[in-house]
Amino acid sequence: MTHTVLRTPKPLLGLTAERRYRFIYKPVVFLACLIPLAWMTCSLFGWLGCSVAVDPVKFLERRCGKTALNLIMLTLMVTPVRHLARLPNLLRLRRMLGLFAFFYVLLHFTVYVALDLDFDWHMVGADILKRPYITVGFSALLLLIPLAMTSTNRMMRRLGRRWSRLHRLLYLIAALAVWHFYWQEKIDERTPLTYAAVLAILLAYRLARSKRVRPMLAGAYARLHGLIGSSGLPRRTSDCLVPTKAAGCDTDQPP
Amino acid sequence: MTTRIPRIAPSEITPQEVYFNRRAFLTGVAAAAAGAALGRAAAAVVPAGSGAPLACTFDGAESVGALVHAPDQNEKPNTWYQITHFNNYYEFGTSKTDPAEYAGRLQTRPWSITVAGEAQRTGTFALEDFLKPYALEERIYRFRCVEAWSMVIPWVGIPLAAMLKRLEPTSRARYVAFESLYRPGQMPGQKVPILSWPYREGLRIDEAMNPLAFMVVGLYGRVLPNQNGAPLRLIVPWKYGFKGIKAIVRITFTETQPPTTWSRARPDYYGFYANVNPNVPTPGWSQESELRIGNPFFHQRQKTLMFNGYGEEVAYLYKGMNLREHF
Repeated sequence: MTHTVLRTPKPLLGLTAERRYRFIYKPVVFLACLIPLAWMTCSLFGWLGCSVAVDPVKFLERRCGKTALNLIMLTLMVTPVRHLARLPNLLRLRRMLGLFAFFYVLLHFTVYVALDLDFDWHMVGADILKRPYITVGFSALLLLIPLAMTSTNRMMRRLGRRWSRLHRLLYLIAALAVWHFYWQEKIDERTPLTYAAVLAILLAYRLARSKRVRPMLAGAYARLHGLIGSSGLPRRTSDCLVPTKAAGCDTDQPP
Repeated sequence: MTTRIPRIAPSEITPQEVYFNRRAFLTGVAAAAAGAALGRAAAAVVPAGSGAPLACTFDGAESVGALVHAPDQNEKPNTWYQITHFNNYYEFGTSKTDPAEYAGRLQTRPWSITVAGEAQRTGTFALEDFLKPYALEERIYRFRCVEAWSMVIPWVGIPLAAMLKRLEPTSRARYVAFESLYRPGQMPGQKVPILSWPYREGLRIDEAMNPLAFMVVGLYGRVLPNQNGAPLRLIVPWKYGFKGIKAIVRITFTETQPPTTWSRARPDYYGFYANVNPNVPTPGWSQESELRIGNPFFHQRQKTLMFNGYGEEVAYLYKGMNLREHF
C-alpha cells in the first residue's frame, strides 16, 4: 500500500473538481447550512406544520448554540476526513462551514441579548463578568472575530504562514464552546461530554500529526513492535500512522 | 397565620385564547361543552382526549390566595398545551418534551399511598379512599422554576393542611417527607442514575400547614395528565418548582429534616427551603428575573417576586432566618 498515488477525480457531469465544488457542492452545503435557520423560523411562527416551541426564546438560544457548535466540529472534521477519505478538495468547503459557525454564534448571542435578556445591558454585563460559563462562551465569540475577518483570500495571502498559526485559534475556540455547553448543563452532562470526547479525538489527531509528536509516536510504535513481534501489527511504521505528506496533504492549513 | 381573600378570584381570569393551536382550541370547545360547567378555567383550552372532568368547587372564599395580584406580571393562565408539553420530570427523560412523550405508559391505577412516621393514622391506603373525604378546589397559582422560567397554572386539588391534619401528626412531627414512585419499567428516566431515585422532597410542618400548600389531582378542571405528576403531586407556589414532587406514593412525618433529591445532588445549587428569592442567585445563573412562558417572544422576561409574590401569606414562616444561608 502506498500513498503516493492521488486518486484521479471521476468526472461528474464532465466538470472539473473546481467547477463541481463551485457549482454543485458549495451551493448544496450553503443551503444545508441554512436548514437550521429555516427550521427555527418555521417553528417560531408555526409555519409548514413545524411544532411550536413552548419556550421560543430558550428554544432559539439553544438551537443556535447547538448549530454553531456542530458547525465548529464539522469545520474541525474537514482535515481528518480529507486525509482519511483522500478527498483533498474538501478543503474548499471549510471556509463556508467556519463562517456559518460564526453566523450562528452571532445569532446565538443576539437571541441571548435581544430576546432572553430584553436588551438589559446591565444584566448582559453582569452575566459575562459573574457567570463563568457565559464568560467562557463570550470569549469564544470574541476569538472568532479575527478568524472571520481574516477569512478572505486576500487576507490569507497577506498573512501567509501567520494565517495558519492564527487559525489554530479554532482549537481553543472549540474547547471553550464545549466548556460553555458543559457548564450550563444543570445535571445531565451526557451530551456535552459526548462533544468533549469527539473534540478530544479531533485534537488528538492533529497532535499525532504534529512535527514534534509524530517522531515520538513512531518511536513508541517501533518499540511496541519490537516487544510483541510482528504478529498482528503492520510491518512498516509508515502504514500505521495517518497518511502524511505523501497523500498530498502538506498544502493544507489548520484547522 | 391569616387567611387572605384572593384579590382576583380564579373565576375572573379566563384564558382568552389559545395562542398557537387553533385546532386544539376548536375541539376543546366541544369537549368543554360536553363536560358542561366543570372547570371554569377549562373553557376553551382543553383539547379533546385529555383527562376526565373533575367535580370541583370554585368558591373563591373557600379557595385561599388563588392568584396573588401582581400588576406588573402577566396573569393570564398558560394554555393546556404549554403546561403539558414543557415539563421537568426526569423520571421520563431530561428534555422538556420527554414527559409528554413517554409519561403515557405510566399506570396510575391502582395507586396506593403509604403514610408512615410520627402520625396517628399510618398505613397504606388506596388512592380513591385517601382522597374521598375532600372536596376539590381550583387554584390558579404562579409557578416559578429554579431554571428561571415561569407559568400561571389552574390546578385542581386539596389543601395539603387538610390532608395532613386528617392523618393526625403527633407533636414530634416537625417535618413531612414525600416520596415518588420508583418504577423504571414505566419511567425510563429512572434507568439513568442522574438523580438518586426515587425522587424525594420535604417541607417543615408549618410550611406544609400553610393554606397555600396544595395537593394536586387535576389541571384545568380535568384529571391531571401523567406528565404533570398524576395521580397526586404537591404544589408549593412560593417555592421553586422542584419542591412540587410528582407521583407521590409515600408521606412520612419525621422529627428531623428529611433528605431531598436536588439538595443532595447539587447542594451548592439547591437547598432544602428553595424559596423563590430574587436576591439569592443560583451559582450558575441569576434569579432576579424569569422568562414567562406565554409572553410574546420579544418580551418574555419579567421581574421575579420575593416568595414568588406570596410573601404576605408565607413570609412569617421565615422570620429571623437568614435566607441566604437557608436558600
